[in-house]
Amino acid sequence: MLRTEEMLLNVGPQHPSTHGVLRLIVKIDGETIVDAEPVIGYLHRGTEKLAEDLNYTQIIPYTDRMDYLSAMTNNYAIVHATEQLMGLEIPERAEFLRVIVMELNRIASHLVWMGTYLLDIGAMSPFLYAFRDREQILNLFNELCGARITYNYMRVGGVKWDAPPGWIDKVGEFVQYMKKQMDEYHGLITGNEIFIQRTKGIGIYDRETAIQFGLSGANLRVTGVKWDLRKNQPYSIYERFDFDVPVGQTGDLYDKYLCRMQEIVESLKILEQAVEQFPEGGSTMGKVPRVLRVPEGEIYVGIESPRGELGCHIVSKGKDKPWRLKFRRPSFYNLQILPTLLKGENISNLVAILGGIDIVLGEVDC
Amino acid sequence: MTEKEKRDPASSEEAGETLSADNRAQDVSPKQPGKREETDRTDSDRPQSSQKQEAAREATPKTPRPAAAGRARPAAGARNRPAVKKEEEKPLEPSPLEPVLNRFVEIIKEKAGAEAIEEAYVNRAGRHLPVLVIKRESWPSVAGLLKEDPGLSFDYVRNLSGVDYETHMEVVYHLYSFAHSHQIGIRVKTDREESRMPSVQHLWKAADWNEREIYDLLGIRFEGHPNLKRILMPDDWVGHPLRKDYEPLDKEV
Repeated sequence: MLRTEEMLLNVGPQHPSTHGVLRLIVKIDGETIVDAEPVIGYLHRGTEKLAEDLNYTQIIPYTDRMDYLSAMTNNYAIVHATEQLMGLEIPERAEFLRVIVMELNRIASHLVWMGTYLLDIGAMSPFLYAFRDREQILNLFNELCGARITYNYMRVGGVKWDAPPGWIDKVGEFVQYMKKQMDEYHGLITGNEIFIQRTKGIGIYDRETAIQFGLSGANLRVTGVKWDLRKNQPYSIYERFDFDVPVGQTGDLYDKYLCRMQEIVESLKILEQAVEQFPEGGSTMGKVPRVLRVPEGEIYVGIESPRGELGCHIVSKGKDKPWRLKFRRPSFYNLQILPTLLKGENISNLVAILGGIDIVLGEVDC
Repeated sequence: MTEKEKRDPASSEEAGETLSADNRAQDVSPKQPGKREETDRTDSDRPQSSQKQEAAREATPKTPRPAAAGRARPAAGARNRPAVKKEEEKPLEPSPLEPVLNRFVEIIKEKAGAEAIEEAYVNRAGRHLPVLVIKRESWPSVAGLLKEDPGLSFDYVRNLSGVDYETHMEVVYHLYSFAHSHQIGIRVKTDREESRMPSVQHLWKAADWNEREIYDLLGIRFEGHPNLKRILMPDDWVGHPLRKDYEPLDKEV
């Protein structure tokens, strides 16, 4: 009889499959995971602390660096919370621009997830395809605000830059292009035997577990909960657009993939309508005082980022700086379920399950 | 008026504002709404900070103190006006979520005792969120009630934040119920020096890391938490950075 014993395996913090500086302490028995403990904090920059010494406009670039795959939604979270607390009105043109850039960013973010996820489980080429298409979105952003990753685009009361001439048409062209590309992705990945083998029936959890762990975004919807803040607690002008909230059935990794791919299609739907209805003229900045003094009060708003509910909790004491600013980062909550999912799994599924959660460490650590 | 004449007073107006920085927030909106919009629009075409500096540099030697003082006076008058208005508006129409709040209060009062709730109000500024301030001693029983009571059944934790108010510490819970589609904000106060809070991690697993985060950054100890250790800061870190009396290692940063 062979003697076996449990072994500690350290994964990360420098590891290509942890998508950033995440460390996992995994206890394994042969090839079976007995326990796993995520260690985070390697990218903690104290955004919330820094924000207490900054005025509201100065905080915006810091939010770019939280979830660096969808900086536009982060911009919107802080700006939206501040506007709600101040009771500001936003010009229609600015709202349209915001929705367009947020949805473009959602597509870009899902493309990165899809590409790197496939890379994690051993497929090289989808990554190149995904980044080729994402590049087009980054070029659009570059033209709009001069940045490709950290945009610093939104302001309290509107957006910083108006769309340059012809930009909206380019977005329209991209939407048509991307629609065709979706067929290519489905042909390339969705029916792939190896991909199905690696993802179907793996990493399953049910509705109750998902709610118990406070999951949000595709991680929650995959269990059949129709919870999308754009629909359930509409903000900005999302009420005007017709789109669906894709939900999964089994809650496995394959469902997560399908869910996110369908979300790209829904985002394209929103973009198509937004481009069509885009107002001709008008200002991109509302009437905002030079020094933003947010009235005393407290607010919590949640918006739907590509990864889930991105919340912003502001406590203001009537100064130009927040008394306390807290971000509810979706990745931080979503990552909590990882040890539960990993227990009893084969070690080879570790990376697949971790990748399926879609975390961004800049956001986990904040 | 020619273009130039139009723009000149605007730039000196800005200079006046930069000098009397305190009055600026109040005096912008009530004054000459039409004109303000024009200057705003031209601003957005150019980088803001450099323009402000330019304007300040040009105007300071030309029109130093008197212009600023002249502008400060009407602004002081303008400052009082909105404050009076607010008081008049307040007693008007009750919030649409008032009945929801009353229902919550009734259930909790009935099952956890009337003294559990310190205060109940609808946070108008915060999207009309019903908020309850709960006594710390009653919080464990109220938390259980919020989760289990069929009329409340808050099964989803949206957010936990800790706030240092300098006089006391506070933990704010934002809960949601998928069964009833209603939400609530809970505030629980605790002492500042010896800040302790009953953990709700056994009710909502989502609160696990969040409580560790609050402990790490604000030093509030969650009693009953099975693994209360630092999560974002290094294990050997001294102090809790988000406390208002925290002294940073390097003040320049």
